[in-house]
Amino acid sequence: MNETLIAVLTTAGALVGLGVFSAAVLYLVSLKFKVDEDPRIDTVEALLSGANCGGCGLPGCRGLAEMLVGEDDISKLYCPPAGADTMGQIATMLGKAAPAREPSVAVVRCAGSYARRERTNRYDGAGSCAVAAALYGGETGCTFGCLSEGDCVRACPFDAIHMNPETGLPEVVDEKCTACGKCVTACPKALIELRRQGARNRRVCVTCRNRDKGAVARKVCEVACIACGKCVKACTFDAIVLENNLAFIDSHKCKLCRKCVPECPTGAIEETGFPARKEEKETV
Amino acid sequence: MDKKLIVSPSPHVYSGESTRKIMRDILIALAPAFAVSWFFYGVSVLVVTAVSVMTCVLFEWLIQRFMLGGQNTIRDLSAVVTGVLLAFNLPSSVPLWMVAVGALAAIGIGKMAFGGLGRNPFNPALVGRVFLLLSFPVAMTSFPAPEAVADGFTGATPLMLAKEALMSGQPLSALMPEMSYGNLLLGANAGSIGEIAALALLLGFAYLLIRRVITWHIPVLILGTMAVFAGVLHGANPEIYASPLFHVLTGGAILGAVFMATDYSTSPMSTGGIIVYAVAIGAITMLIRVWGAYPEGISFAILIMNAMVPLLNKYMRPKKFGAIKRVA
Amino acid sequence: MSKTFRKGGGHPSDNKLSRADEVERMPLPQTVVIPLSQHIGAPATAVVAKGDRVKVGQLIGEAAGFVSSNVHSSVSGTVLSVDAVPDLGGVRRQAVTIKVEGDEWAEGIDLDGSLRRECTLSPAEIIDKVKEAGVVGMGGAQFPTHVKLSIPQGKRAEYLLINGAECEPYLTSDHRVMLERGEELLAGVKILAKALGVGKSYIGIENNKPDAVAHLRKLAAGDAEVEVIALRARYPQGGEKQLIDAVLGREVPSGGLPIDVGCVVQNVDTALAVYEAVQKNKPLVERVVTVTGKSVERHANLLVRIGTPLQAILDYCGGMPEDTGKVINGGPMMGKAVANLDSVVTKGTSGIVLMRDDEAERRKSGGACIKCAKCVRGCPMGLEPYYLFKLGVRGRLTEMEGYWAADCIECGLCSWVCPANLPLLDYIRLGKVEVMRIMRERKG
Repeated sequence: MNETLIAVLTTAGALVGLGVFSAAVLYLVSLKFKVDEDPRIDTVEALLSGANCGGCGLPGCRGLAEMLVGEDDISKLYCPPAGADTMGQIATMLGKAAPAREPSVAVVRCAGSYARRERTNRYDGAGSCAVAAALYGGETGCTFGCLSEGDCVRACPFDAIHMNPETGLPEVVDEKCTACGKCVTACPKALIELRRQGARNRRVCVTCRNRDKGAVARKVCEVACIACGKCVKACTFDAIVLENNLAFIDSHKCKLCRKCVPECPTGAIEETGFPARKEEKETV
Repeated sequence: MDKKLIVSPSPHVYSGESTRKIMRDILIALAPAFAVSWFFYGVSVLVVTAVSVMTCVLFEWLIQRFMLGGQNTIRDLSAVVTGVLLAFNLPSSVPLWMVAVGALAAIGIGKMAFGGLGRNPFNPALVGRVFLLLSFPVAMTSFPAPEAVADGFTGATPLMLAKEALMSGQPLSALMPEMSYGNLLLGANAGSIGEIAALALLLGFAYLLIRRVITWHIPVLILGTMAVFAGVLHGANPEIYASPLFHVLTGGAILGAVFMATDYSTSPMSTGGIIVYAVAIGAITMLIRVWGAYPEGISFAILIMNAMVPLLNKYMRPKKFGAIKRVA
Repeated sequence: MSKTFRKGGGHPSDNKLSRADEVERMPLPQTVVIPLSQHIGAPATAVVAKGDRVKVGQLIGEAAGFVSSNVHSSVSGTVLSVDAVPDLGGVRRQAVTIKVEGDEWAEGIDLDGSLRRECTLSPAEIIDKVKEAGVVGMGGAQFPTHVKLSIPQGKRAEYLLINGAECEPYLTSDHRVMLERGEELLAGVKILAKALGVGKSYIGIENNKPDAVAHLRKLAAGDAEVEVIALRARYPQGGEKQLIDAVLGREVPSGGLPIDVGCVVQNVDTALAVYEAVQKNKPLVERVVTVTGKSVERHANLLVRIGTPLQAILDYCGGMPEDTGKVINGGPMMGKAVANLDSVVTKGTSGIVLMRDDEAERRKSGGACIKCAKCVRGCPMGLEPYYLFKLGVRGRLTEMEGYWAADCIECGLCSWVCPANLPLLDYIRLGKVEVMRIMRERKG
């Protein structure tokens, strides 16, 4: 019995001793390698989205938090998912001028759905737009349009963009989109633009990126911009420019009057968020 | 044109290899050893193997269906292979519920917990076997004497006897008067279902080589290392230490070297890594057999080296073409 | 045992259906579309305009810089347009469209079939003539030949290697050229050797073409400077680096060129084109194209004018079979799938392979990599395709530099061998492009 007791005690003693020793080593090491860090970094990081989406252009939320605390001028730093309110809150806390950015949303500038853009071949490579784009012009005659393989969908950290199987085009869920810009970089055809959200979420946008000549573009897609220039003439605010066989509406100049929309002979200008037009029935 | 041409990046032809075909080849390669075992141990071999295969497939299906989600993978036959290999590592007298427990450990802990085929760091069948060996040591180490052999065999495996010789200092020849290499080759000795018939396993090895399912490196290097290791000891004292041929032919050496250590996802990718991996398995097996607590050590050796595979893949990368100094 | 390269490799089924088809001259098409960029480097500048009359062999595109190449009209007729035309992948590129009228050749081109062996020109003059004639690598890479022949300062060529491996399945155009135009080919080899100043030339031919090996050996007998080497048939033996390894046992250093180990590699067709350019003043306006496939009614090796639409060739060979799922420009391992049958034969088109529906579709990927290491063992460059693939799928392209993505020769063996049918090369290629861009940027 006594022997057992001694055995138990030595075992327990040895383990406790080992524990105390390890704790001491850990403590000393932590003292030696201690890194002084501004505690505000943690507070700021907690306020950011935590999605590590890279929308700020920095490596992760931590990176942005460090910059926000460290830099004097934070006007160039912005966390799109956190939004203006949170950025203001952070700026007040840090006693700095709040960075401002207009609320934006990702807009897909291709309307060449399956129905409007005839498929002339069938892509059977790896399910990636980047791979398809590196290989060839795409399933349709249009070499500028959406490849429908969904790189943007996979890139979105907020589940805000989905592929519509009916049209073969991605659709943005405006409420979820934080304008982080991940899809913009993911799209090898540069179809996605971060556009000013617009008053009451209303936007007018040329949904085509085909820079071929009008006749060529029209031949491969019903809703291609043919660079006829009618919209430019219709616009009273100088918001539309014609470049590289393509019209582009500057969302900062556009006053959302929608005069250009019915002018477009191919229907390449899309209006979003407006109530239905009254006179539309007459034109049909 | 109505018909749309298919466009995809090159290459446009394929070798016709598939996971399923590879698994089928492994099953074919295991068949001779299975037949021999059936001959010696009778119908219990069939029952244990069938239960093992069925439970493995069932657990894989259940876990895939209700926990992992995604595409079901049982059609690739890998769970069947795991089931057969698990059974091959069990005595034919093992209770059937224990087989099911082993299958759960093999598929659940060994394979699906890591995400399924190709992601598991440890050989699933060995995880199952070692789980059972540690949990039920008695059931896992009592072997029935082969039915087809008239007499002269106890339920002890040749390796158990060799261990006894080492522990007691008695000469080997006294403990194993009946031992003959012929019996070891043909399978007339006690052991787990799949490990007794050396010749049948080597036949499977030959088939795998011909079908290019595996390369010769891992099996030959493991068995070669074991033979050299045993040879040195045997040369020093043949009375106590068994001969190299004895070590290579007994226990799970061939089964482990040919079918378990060569498992794709748990063996290294580069030739350099494979050499280190295989030689280490051979050496650790012999260390356990000669100085360890267990008579057989190849399962532990393989599992230990499985754990090293990620490191080997990282640091023993293949030699790149043109990785030479530029001619000045 | 025959020589071969040491690292990796495999052997896809040969399927050389058209090996016995003698080269036949295809009748002229109605129009040709001649791309101004049929080579690596800057596209040629058009020197003709709509409405111009051109003759066969007349210059229509002038090389724009050193790494560029001249382009000649392959037919006589009227220029219909100089405009962007969709290529085989639908991407629009500058090309000259010519309506074929008669077959009138430009002056100075020797159309007499007689063999002219002796060449008294200096190396510089030879290279000039090759450049004039717009000769580019005809094995598929389309690298301007005059650039390859101009040895950079400080380097010296010891050996000329002629690539007659034709390791791609199905293709037989090189095989037929070696059999039918052996004498001219050898004369071309001598001219190339002279231009490079090398004493020894090797012609590497895979041993699945024993007749070509025997034929060229017979023709080259008595010439100590030309040796025909039979190589064990293994893909990708026709890769420059693999061929040098197979014939000479030398490894081109990573990131280096064959000239770094004293070698220059030229394709057999290129050697023939050099002969015609130098001895006959004939620019590169036609080439031998294999038209083949398991369902093709009449597989053939055709002598085709550059710029002939694929559709015209298919029509000539009995039309496109109903069960055609895919048309490949080049061999099935490295060729490009065609999206547009109005695209044309270029200087690098060695064959047109038609895959049946059941062969054309990629088999569905089994999902996970099973780590079988077949891709690692098969990679002729000693890379780790499975790992590069993993990085590629996750978009970690920049990390692929450390795994030598830039060394990938895109031979496709990794995808070919993969039991899980993973699209390994698709993603490796993506990373290779990105890594090479980064490397170029770093150089400045």
